[in-house]
Amino acid sequence: MNDRTPDARRRFLQRAAAAAGTLLVAGCERLSHSEWFTKVLSAGETASAAVAHAVTSRASMAQEFTEADRSPTFRSNGTAEPNNDAYQALAVNAFADYRLEVGGLVAQPARFSLTELRALPSRTQITRHDCVEGWSAIAKWKGARLAALLEAVRPKPEARFVVFHCADPMTEEGADFYYESIDLEDAFHPQTILAYEMNDAPLPIANGAPIRLRVERQLGYKHAKYVLRIELVESFAKIAGGKGGYWEDRGYQWFAGI
Amino acid sequence: MQHAIADRPGPRGHLYYRHTLPVRIMHWTNVVALTILLMSGLQIFNAHPRLYWGKSSYTGAPPVLEIGMKGGDGADWAGVTRILGHEFVTTGVLGLSRFPSGEPSARGFPWWATIPDNPWLSLARSWHFFFAWVLLVNGVAYVAHSTASRHFARDLVPDRGDWRSLGQSIRDHLRFRHPVGEAAKRYNVLQKLAYLVVIFGLLPLIVLMGIAMSPWMNSALPGWVDVVGGRQSARTIHFIVAWLLVAFVLVHVFEVVVSGLWNHLRSMITGRYRISTEESHERPNA
Repeated sequence: MNDRTPDARRRFLQRAAAAAGTLLVAGCERLSHSEWFTKVLSAGETASAAVAHAVTSRASMAQEFTEADRSPTFRSNGTAEPNNDAYQALAVNAFADYRLEVGGLVAQPARFSLTELRALPSRTQITRHDCVEGWSAIAKWKGARLAALLEAVRPKPEARFVVFHCADPMTEEGADFYYESIDLEDAFHPQTILAYEMNDAPLPIANGAPIRLRVERQLGYKHAKYVLRIELVESFAKIAGGKGGYWEDRGYQWFAGI
Repeated sequence: MQHAIADRPGPRGHLYYRHTLPVRIMHWTNVVALTILLMSGLQIFNAHPRLYWGKSSYTGAPPVLEIGMKGGDGADWAGVTRILGHEFVTTGVLGLSRFPSGEPSARGFPWWATIPDNPWLSLARSWHFFFAWVLLVNGVAYVAHSTASRHFARDLVPDRGDWRSLGQSIRDHLRFRHPVGEAAKRYNVLQKLAYLVVIFGLLPLIVLMGIAMSPWMNSALPGWVDVVGGRQSARTIHFIVAWLLVAFVLVHVFEVVVSGLWNHLRSMITGRYRISTEESHERPNA
């Protein structure tokens, strides 16, 4: 090293740093696009889900807030106005003709009107909505307890997941409808509700009218809006992209507790 | 650091066995994990390049930090960064930057600072959480190893002499004077304090603030996140601590360079650090 002039050494270091930086960015790009490596990375999600479940009880409760904590406006993200004629026809009539269809692996498939959903045991909660993008907003929600609805239709023993099929298409052409799924632990959680009210008023269209899911221990994209149909399944591998949700099919984590 | 169990005379002093193999492996694991965590974290930040103080983002108060754009039609767009109400034009780096192709891009941090380089939140999260586990496991292993091997007690906890030399050590650092000979075998007091603050302060804090952002982990003990002001405060602290760690690394690398880059690099790769035999105020490897 001592035979080098300080200038040569500086140039060498600058080049080495630039080369290392370029290699790092280019290397990460290649890995990001390789299937095996993204599979390796998904071990992080598996570990997070396992540990999160291990250190909390099945019915650990999401934090609830006071009226004063509520956000002045509750942000609408994703779809604000479903591009779907059948949905718009229901909206014109204030969802009087809306029927929530519940089927799949259940002993007693059923359809629920909004009035029938309102008659089910309900829960009111002021909770924080955490978007995967990073922001949070707090609102008051009232809705039918999903546990009560499921008890009415009696899930079969082989049912493992609850899938929510929504009215909002995610493409301009009206295809790729939003959907989500949760496991039975979340489905029977006391705070998991089909919300029909937000901040003491009927749920606005921008926030998912007539009902949206609240699954309070997970990020916002799990909280399916515009729910039309609930399906109990043993596996979601055959539904759409097979990953259990619209965003999951596009690389997002199915376990959205972190 | 180890006792001089493998001292070997050399042409310009003797090699001293400074870093044990586990410490060397854990050091370089941290280099990789922290680099990826920073860059994937900046990509995640870019999905919503605003930071808030409080339980939610929408409290009526403006963000404490916001990176965005301002301007009208035409070419007068500018990248701007607002911190506590003060606005800075940061075109080229923050808010508005260019891809290597020259194509302008409206984004918080530029492509070269993020993993992946293009906006891709889901994959940035996969990178981030995987290496968060690497960092956590590595950190727990380091604390266990350093406790069991007495690395903490022997090398990192300042003794009475260290505290007495605090003033002298600050003066030495400001003049870029570094210990040589026998004194170079020990960490100086500022070095010990910096390492302890990082190991027992900044790293646990950034991990805890990461966990505080998890809605599921919030339910482990509802309300615990309010200790730091709420989830959005936790996100802000997470971001600030990330930059404090960057500041530590910059100072750390600077000190390594001015006190003998190759000697330090070798000692963190092979374990052996050269101690110059002549007592002088020259830099050991100048």
